[in-house]
Amino acid sequence: MTDQRWPAALAEARLHVVSGKGGTGKTTLAAALALALAAGGRRTLLVEVEGRQGIAQVFDTPPLPYAEQRIAVAPDGGEVRGLSVDAEAALLEYLEMFYNLGLAGRTLRRMGAIEFATTLAPGLRDVLLTGKVKECVGRTVGEDRRGGRRVPLYDAVVLDAPPTGRVVKFLDVTKAMGSLARTGPIHSQSEGVVELLHSSQTVVHLVTQLEDLPVQETLDTVDEIREAGLPMGGVLVNRVRPSRLPATALTGAATGAGLGAGLRSGLEAAGLFLKDEEVDGLVSETVEHAERVQVEAAVRSRLDAAGLPQLELPELTEGVDLGGIYELAELLREQGVR
Amino acid sequence: MADQRPGRPRHLDLDELLTDRSTRVLVCCGSGGVGKTTTAASLALRAAEQGRRVVVLTIDPARRLAQSLGLEELDNEPRTVPGALPPGSGDGELQAMMLDMRRTFDEMVAGHTTPERAQVIFDNPFYQTISTSFSGTQEYMAMEKLGQLTATGTWDLVVVDTPPSRSALDFLDAPQRLSSFLDGRMIRLLSAPARAGGNAFRKLVGSTFNLFAKAVSTILGGQMLADASAFVQAFDTLFGGFQERANTTYQLLRAPGTAFVVVAAPEPDALREASYFVERLSAEKMPLAGLVLNRTHPVHATLSGARAREGAETLEASRGDALAAAVLRLHADRVETAERERRVLGRFTRAHPTVPIVDVPAMATDVHDLAGLREIGRRLAS
Repeated sequence: MTDQRWPAALAEARLHVVSGKGGTGKTTLAAALALALAAGGRRTLLVEVEGRQGIAQVFDTPPLPYAEQRIAVAPDGGEVRGLSVDAEAALLEYLEMFYNLGLAGRTLRRMGAIEFATTLAPGLRDVLLTGKVKECVGRTVGEDRRGGRRVPLYDAVVLDAPPTGRVVKFLDVTKAMGSLARTGPIHSQSEGVVELLHSSQTVVHLVTQLEDLPVQETLDTVDEIREAGLPMGGVLVNRVRPSRLPATALTGAATGAGLGAGLRSGLEAAGLFLKDEEVDGLVSETVEHAERVQVEAAVRSRLDAAGLPQLELPELTEGVDLGGIYELAELLREQGVR
Repeated sequence: MADQRPGRPRHLDLDELLTDRSTRVLVCCGSGGVGKTTTAASLALRAAEQGRRVVVLTIDPARRLAQSLGLEELDNEPRTVPGALPPGSGDGELQAMMLDMRRTFDEMVAGHTTPERAQVIFDNPFYQTISTSFSGTQEYMAMEKLGQLTATGTWDLVVVDTPPSRSALDFLDAPQRLSSFLDGRMIRLLSAPARAGGNAFRKLVGSTFNLFAKAVSTILGGQMLADASAFVQAFDTLFGGFQERANTTYQLLRAPGTAFVVVAAPEPDALREASYFVERLSAEKMPLAGLVLNRTHPVHATLSGARAREGAETLEASRGDALAAAVLRLHADRVETAERERRVLGRFTRAHPTVPIVDVPAMATDVHDLAGLREIGRRLAS
């Protein structure tokens, strides 16, 4: 099992797309993954595409501009850069590259012309966003001392993608291109995007929690991803809480049967002489916990049946702050992320 | 709750809101994954049980929740929820519907023009794009449907769920965005920049715009621009009517009788989004009833986390009762979680001290039947 959690195929990928149901911690885990992959002196890029400034919030930095900048340093010298891609800026970048608009670009933007153009064809937005991601994955720098070959600037790019409901549509660039002209610079670049997204350089990870709906949505999305011919990566199971109860006590505990009396003497042995309502409170907390553990076991077996690499991240009871991201990154490393 | 701070937020009394006959529209909003749809459905059921004639408009309910509301198919019409109210239980009534944005858009077009002109619009390939994948159409159509439902006068309370947008605020902005898209100015500029715009405009950005228009047509293809242009022309006569409706709905959202409930989970992201929302509602002069803080983990015993942990350690060291030790560990975890939730909420309440709040303790299992909705309703109103 240990080696299956992060198989070679995942280790070789350079573009890690992270999606998940809203509220499951997609951005947090994308950030932790970028940090984990940066360990050992590597350089990674964390990209967001929905203009939410989620990266800045997670790393506690000022809002990111449309430019790659350093947002975190990995413990042993690696580096994470962050980028917030926005479709309008990406379109302007294109226009400037191919049509030399100069300063007028800003005026066009102010007039709403750029927004209008990206709105005219909803597919164009996705093509522009994924196009920028591809450009980052493919960018090379300097020269390899030995072979004189240029090397990729980023060892890995982690994309904080739209949530599960929209992610396959977002990544299905071929379909989006159908609504655009069949020639021209954006078209040819999009062909490169399609190639990258369907190659072994890319993997799509899904973040979930051990609850009914998120797991169902994850399984549905796995099917969609496979149908679209995109390479499925791992499932990142977030906010796993430890089962505190001895396995033998679990079934009984879920009903609350026989918890009270035995519990009281146990508590007294620990020097805790509690009022009845206190003991009742502890019992009801325990019942809730036991019920939840049972639900978790049931959804876990459904998840296991999908046969995907799984990584687990615990619930950080004190909440996720910058330190929490480092903790999660380390836990990912321990489970084989490299 | 053991919160001793002065200025502790007021309690949101949802039963008072639901039974108040002057409450006619209830909008549930918040970021994705916080339980908006479930909250909307539970509130609607509870109001119906209290004798109100209610319709709940859901946007994209999870399959089993939809089934529990009797919404097997998307037909864009309210249907009575089977089994929601026991026979003879009073005057209450519960209907539910799921938004079909394409059909709502079609109906809107058909209602504003002749059948022939409507057909021209439906046949335009660009209409497909606008009515299904333009970002904001779902939000716009949700508001349009809300307007329609209240206009019929069939129900005395309309509860509406809002789309799982990128931002919880999108549904306030969608009509404006779509309007500025359809008003035709930009498309005329793009398809014939030389003729559109005044002299000053031409001097200022004329040649750049020509270049831009050329670039855009290279990227999008001439056909798409031609379709879009034809669409906007055909749409021209409808435009006034659309704007008027959007404006009416906007006014409805500000009218007395409308209440917004912001739903959030005790997580920083969800509460940050809730904060934006509260600020925006206040800027728009829209009536906020309060915040529903969903899926909290309140402690049921006042024993402190530290004492619980100590007790567990004592038992573990002496190989005492394993179950009691486990129960104590659990309680210590729970105290920590509850404290974190309170800290996260504290950031919200410091910024918005006057917003009433109700918290809804988490259920062990997901809700997908009427009994579950009833239980959530009970927790919402407690």
